[in-house]
Amino acid sequence: MSDHNYVPSSKLGKWFNDRLPLLTLSAHLREYPTPKNLNYWWTFGGILTFCLITQIVTGIILAMHYVAHADLAFESVEHIMRNVNYGWLIRYVHANGASMFFLAVYIHIFRSLYYGSYKSPREVIWIIGMIIYFLMMMTAFMGYVLPWGQMSFWGATVITNLFSAVPFFGEAITNWLWGGYAVDNPTLTRFFSLHYLLPFLILGLVILHIWALHVPGNNNPIGIDIKKPSKDTVPFHPYIVIKDLFALLIFLILFAFFVFYSPNILGHADNYIEANPMVTPAHIVPEWYLLPFYAILRSVPDKLLGVIAMFLAIFVLVILPWLDTSKVRSAIFRPLYKQFYWFLVADVLILGYVGAMPAEGIYLLVARVATAYYFIHFLVILPVLGFKEKTLDIPLSLTEPVLGGSTNPSLAKNKSELNF
Amino acid sequence: MKNFFKTIFVILILIVFNNQKTFAEGSVKLLKQDWSFKGFFGKFDRASLQRGYQVYTEVCASCHSMKYLSYRNLSEKGGPEFSEEQAKAIASQFEVIDGPNSDGEMFNRPAKLSDKFVSPYANVEEAQASNGGAYPPDMSVLVKARKGGADYIYSVLLGYSDPPAGFELDDGVYYNKYMYGNKIKMAQPLSDGIVEYSDGTEATEEQLAKDVVTFLSWSAEPHLEARHKSGFRAISYLIIITIFVYFSMKKIWSRVETNI
Repeated sequence: MSDHNYVPSSKLGKWFNDRLPLLTLSAHLREYPTPKNLNYWWTFGGILTFCLITQIVTGIILAMHYVAHADLAFESVEHIMRNVNYGWLIRYVHANGASMFFLAVYIHIFRSLYYGSYKSPREVIWIIGMIIYFLMMMTAFMGYVLPWGQMSFWGATVITNLFSAVPFFGEAITNWLWGGYAVDNPTLTRFFSLHYLLPFLILGLVILHIWALHVPGNNNPIGIDIKKPSKDTVPFHPYIVIKDLFALLIFLILFAFFVFYSPNILGHADNYIEANPMVTPAHIVPEWYLLPFYAILRSVPDKLLGVIAMFLAIFVLVILPWLDTSKVRSAIFRPLYKQFYWFLVADVLILGYVGAMPAEGIYLLVARVATAYYFIHFLVILPVLGFKEKTLDIPLSLTEPVLGGSTNPSLAKNKSELNF
Repeated sequence: MKNFFKTIFVILILIVFNNQKTFAEGSVKLLKQDWSFKGFFGKFDRASLQRGYQVYTEVCASCHSMKYLSYRNLSEKGGPEFSEEQAKAIASQFEVIDGPNSDGEMFNRPAKLSDKFVSPYANVEEAQASNGGAYPPDMSVLVKARKGGADYIYSVLLGYSDPPAGFELDDGVYYNKYMYGNKIKMAQPLSDGIVEYSDGTEATEEQLAKDVVTFLSWSAEPHLEARHKSGFRAISYLIIITIFVYFSMKKIWSRVETNI
């Protein structure tokens, strides 16, 4: 960011910019050289920023009407749905917004996995991203508790009970988390407090995430380092802005469809029953975006090891830049990795599916195989693949993918693929 | 090879979604109704809502509360749309405890539009004591609180039959095809002609069930009509602006030699 010698045109602008270079920052954001071959999978960063802002704005409005008390929370949500002007809209946007947020973040993460965006020199962007993802899961989990329905209550009970698996201090930790001897009013009020706090931490981390991105610049579908600025790049504004806007609008159409025409399809019917500590629901299931981890948790017979496996599943993602030993970033030039990548996608979908099913019989068996494969992918396949795989020739620049020294004829044929 | 994996991927997604659907519906197929409030332009059938209120108040309300609704809701747009006078008359049939007055005493008065629906029981315990230990659930959001929604409630209302041979039932427990575990503590609530409709509609069991479920669907989602209407506007607007933005994008990117 230091390569700017931007001078504001107005005198006032110059006076201000000398004291706080916000105008220089704005100029940097406009001119930021972006690879011109970014495909639509790269528009999800902007979409995610939009999702975060939407959640914060709708959340602040909801908090004006919501009452964080075990006896009043459920009623206050119904009050929002019935009596607050457009309360139903705000709440449905917030509830479905969480799902849309996770949909977008999963696409964003899997895009990064496909094109090797986590590799050097972008490890810090990746790790910040993983922290954001972890905070998102915590925020979403605590948010789901707030309506104080049956699934809220029992979901909170199951998840907080996981900490009782910790040797020696387990019970003390759960009691400390609950603020008592069971999930009750103190649990609800602290979850509300944290649910309000964490999004702002996420916002701060998003700024760091973008800052860290602007140091090396964007990766791109070919995965090569490009000269910036050059014939291979375009300024962020207007090229990327308009493209991100177009993708965001498509995303919003899907979003609106959920909000206006099937607002409850992603939720669980039991959460419209007020929490009752005396009645346990037949199946306790978390929200869909947590299901793969829930499946990993339940596939391990031992409670403590199950909890460890679940946290390890996230931790292997954090250290991914060092697990993947291949120097080649993009899967386009890694024929074997490309196949294993799709296996992983299928594996995570299977985990999500069995996570929603009862943990017994064939489902449990499938969950165990899928859990094992998940770890094998990251801990065995990726490190070995880097040494064994014969990668395709990589072009030297975006504008001259073939003339740039590659002798691979298939690249010329697939030129369209490089740009898609 | 690439297409092969893409195909597998798509098939997998389809399987996952289909299975989740069948899982959600359970093993018994619910009775399906062509509800007027489903779909993009779905609206409640006003006459059916008014009849449904009558069924609720004459049949269900003796045990089931509806504590999140107020009498004013009955005259609001998108609901049964009784006139304000009718809603006031309905409210005044109920008594609520108000107070304390200036002497510090609680007193009874007829309900007003702003009052919540009067509950049949003072508390959960009283409700349980009067119903053989079972709590008749509050009906305000019942349709949203059951898998299968309106179809499920409709099915349960019509799902009473004699138990199959060998199916043991305790006293005060009834057999129902659609209920979880096939046991229900509520006696069959609806029968032909149990309510007399003033608009001349024949009060068959199916008609009664349809009307009351329509009413319950509205009570669970009182702003459904407004939601469908704003949804159509929002999505139309989004599509139009998306088209504009698409052409702007094409124009801007035409300066760069690349595919977009």
